[in-house]
Amino acid sequence: MTNQDALPITVRGVTKTYGDVFALDDVSLDVKSGEFLTLLGPSGSGKTTLLMVLAGFTRPDRGSLKFGTDEVIRKPPHLRDVGMVFQNYALFPHMTVAGNVGYPLRLRKVAKAEIAERVERALETVQLGGYGDRRIDQLSGGQKQRVALARSIVFEPRILLMDEPLSALDKKLRDRMQIELRHLHEKLGMTTVYVTHDQREALTMSDRIAVVNFGRIMQLATPQELYEQPENKFVADFIGDSAFLDVTRSGDTLTAAGTALRTSRAIPDAPDLALMMRPERLHLVSDKPGKDKNVFDATVTELVYQGESYLLYAQLGDGTEVAVRGAMRAGTYTGLPQPGGTVKLGLDAADTVLIAHEG
Amino acid sequence: MTATDMNAEGLRRDEQLERLRLFGLASPALLLVLVILVIPVGWLFYVSFIGADGTFSMENYERMLKRKSYARIFRTTFEVSLLTTGLCILIGYPLAYFMSQLPTRWANLCLITVLLPFWTSLLVRTYAWLVLLQKRGLVNDWAISLGLWDEPLKLVHNLNGTLIGMVHIMLPFLILPVYGAMRAIDRDYLKAAANLGASPRRAFWTVFFPLSTPGLFAGALMVFVLSLGFFVTPAVLGGGKVIMVSMKIVSNIELFVNWGAASALGVVLLVLTIGVLWIASRFLNFEQMTGGGHG
Amino acid sequence: MIGWFKSPASETQVTHGQRLWLYVFAVITMVLLVTPTLIVIPMSFSDSQYLEFPPDKWSTRWYQHYFGSDEWMRATRTSFKAAILTMLAATPIGVLAAYGLHASRVPFIRPAFILLITPMMVPVVLVAIGAFYAYVKLQILYTMTGLVMAHSLLAIPLVVIVTGSALKSYDMNQENAARSLGAPRWKAFVSITLPQIRFAVVTSALLAFLTSFDEVVIAMFISGGDNPTLTRNMFNALRDQIDPTIASISTIMIVVTTVMMALAQIFGTQRKK
Repeated sequence: MTNQDALPITVRGVTKTYGDVFALDDVSLDVKSGEFLTLLGPSGSGKTTLLMVLAGFTRPDRGSLKFGTDEVIRKPPHLRDVGMVFQNYALFPHMTVAGNVGYPLRLRKVAKAEIAERVERALETVQLGGYGDRRIDQLSGGQKQRVALARSIVFEPRILLMDEPLSALDKKLRDRMQIELRHLHEKLGMTTVYVTHDQREALTMSDRIAVVNFGRIMQLATPQELYEQPENKFVADFIGDSAFLDVTRSGDTLTAAGTALRTSRAIPDAPDLALMMRPERLHLVSDKPGKDKNVFDATVTELVYQGESYLLYAQLGDGTEVAVRGAMRAGTYTGLPQPGGTVKLGLDAADTVLIAHEG
Repeated sequence: MTATDMNAEGLRRDEQLERLRLFGLASPALLLVLVILVIPVGWLFYVSFIGADGTFSMENYERMLKRKSYARIFRTTFEVSLLTTGLCILIGYPLAYFMSQLPTRWANLCLITVLLPFWTSLLVRTYAWLVLLQKRGLVNDWAISLGLWDEPLKLVHNLNGTLIGMVHIMLPFLILPVYGAMRAIDRDYLKAAANLGASPRRAFWTVFFPLSTPGLFAGALMVFVLSLGFFVTPAVLGGGKVIMVSMKIVSNIELFVNWGAASALGVVLLVLTIGVLWIASRFLNFEQMTGGGHG
Repeated sequence: MIGWFKSPASETQVTHGQRLWLYVFAVITMVLLVTPTLIVIPMSFSDSQYLEFPPDKWSTRWYQHYFGSDEWMRATRTSFKAAILTMLAATPIGVLAAYGLHASRVPFIRPAFILLITPMMVPVVLVAIGAFYAYVKLQILYTMTGLVMAHSLLAIPLVVIVTGSALKSYDMNQENAARSLGAPRWKAFVSITLPQIRFAVVTSALLAFLTSFDEVVIAMFISGGDNPTLTRNMFNALRDQIDPTIASISTIMIVVTTVMMALAQIFGTQRKK
């Protein structure tokens, strides 16, 4: 069931308002053929609305939507030929597993014998071979998830949409399914648009991520680009943990919390800047730091033992509280400075990321 | 960007079309209500203002205010409705409470028992009481043989018979909402009350009862409104002595063919019904009672 | 046994013994709720004019009188016909209305819903004389069509409420899933939603049948001439004197209701493999 001709998706100028509220604000987006793109954002950001526009369940006020070269914005959902996995699976309880998975094929008037064969193949693809006769209420959450998946790919759609499909599963299962979904995507190759609010999930599974908020795309980039060089404060804040320091500019010098900054990263062209400090990039330094390192004086406020790492909370000169995360080995924890003590925190110039102070 | 703008027009049309088509599914039903209910009742409203000579007049309404017989009818109607509601509360509330304290399986059994008369024809139930309460009927026979009274009592063709019949008919209407409200009361509230030192009686009156009042109010309201317009039971069990507004409307048409008088009465009854319902809707979530509508 | 009286009955530690009066009262009330109706059944087999219980002499004379009477039989046929037609008319109209209101995004859903519920809230007498007035003008008085229309008017609110309530607790996402898989809306409704609200639909149909079958006041006004209903004749007979034939008719009506309810249970519940 390989998909050689997955379709690209072209979104242009899609706007959806509910009264005064902009659920989607002039959104434009290109999803490459065969790509796994995630729409990531908090609840109410518009990510689900955008997915529903792609599926045809939400009609935008205006905009253009193309699957390949076909304009589909006015096509009803049942003619769009996309596979869709819903958050709560939406399996049909009055049919068996085979009945569910075969439903789209029956709609397309496929011959009975062929239906049986394709259903079994789809079930095998999601590792549920032979489960055809089971009833829906006999399945576990993870199994229901897979049946929903099988049902959405059995008719070989060229685009697959997924609305937070893993959010109802417990953590261990979720982690495993993320990898399985990724493998499935590599095997089948269909263009996939995935919606989630879990940034770790997005980072794990996606080719590219579109961070969404206020009905707009805040940044569209690969996971690595998003993590290393966020374009605005919202993206920086949403992906990974970080603290932000206000940066003051005087002439060519940039200062934050009393320290002149050295950076090897690009400096955004914006009037107000913030310094992004990721806990794992900050580290404790001795009195004589090397070059290309920014050093901040701080007072320890709290120490947290986390098993595989420790978290050291410290307050900088200007009052901002930052967190430092470090790896743990034997003797590390006891060797850490105690609350009340002073420390010097170092941030390599290569890790000194400045971002525009809006969004 | 003209392509995008064109889509805006088309999309808007698509949306309107879909909305209309879905709403249109309800149109046969709405049409029926309009044709057989709204328009005729509107026509009756108009007729109520037409006098015996065929011109506009208020005489139908004036008659209601002047004639003593009409005053008596209104008083009877209110009396019967209030008494029925009161009796239903006195009998139905304890029964609902009893049911709410049972484990689910037994409670459901009781619920079926309460609902059983519901499914039986109104006429059959009214007839049953007619037979039971007559002079040589079961109640009198047993009461006399048990020594409760000596002479057969006139239990039917009067107010007593009417009330007995109506309470029997209306009880399920009260019990259902009250029971529903009671079932929804979190047991933990009572535990908390007991824990804080309330005696069982105190806990009941200060915690349980107030929480059950929305259901009680809904049920009492339904009983009252239904009793106001009720016809069959008072007509059969009242024996002509208990005349309610509905019966006067019927006799005005059947006997006197006085449409003006009948429709005026009908309008008053309708206004009363709507008035009571409107007052209640200020205090209640109407949709909770009927379980319908959107959201 | 004594122990049970002392054991706690609720969270507030009230004992069963203290609540005994409540238990007795409740049982008596429930008995009184059920028995009047049921007692009619054995009484209908009483030979006496006064319908004794327990009957001194058992006989089926009142049944013979009923089945032997042309008038009663005609009225029975009319009632059945009207009830079945009402069921066939009101159920689809009501189900579609409930679905339309549930799925539509039109702003005036609430007023439309209230309008549909109105026949339940308005006193039946008013509906009856209103229909009478309208039918005289439309010249459909005393016709089956008019009767079915009026009874459907009464039945549709029930159908809308029961079906609407079932739709509310139903996951509409399943319809969306079906649509995403290629089913147009109507097909999704028929193949996915309808089977799952089956119990509500069957119950609605039952309610529609019984509403028409048991209806008295409207029938009093607009059924007559060639088509009087069973209830209309019963009511007239009751007003004049206590005709014991009515006991046998009542029993038959109770049987009909019970049979319909049993059928509803059979057709309404999901079949488990």
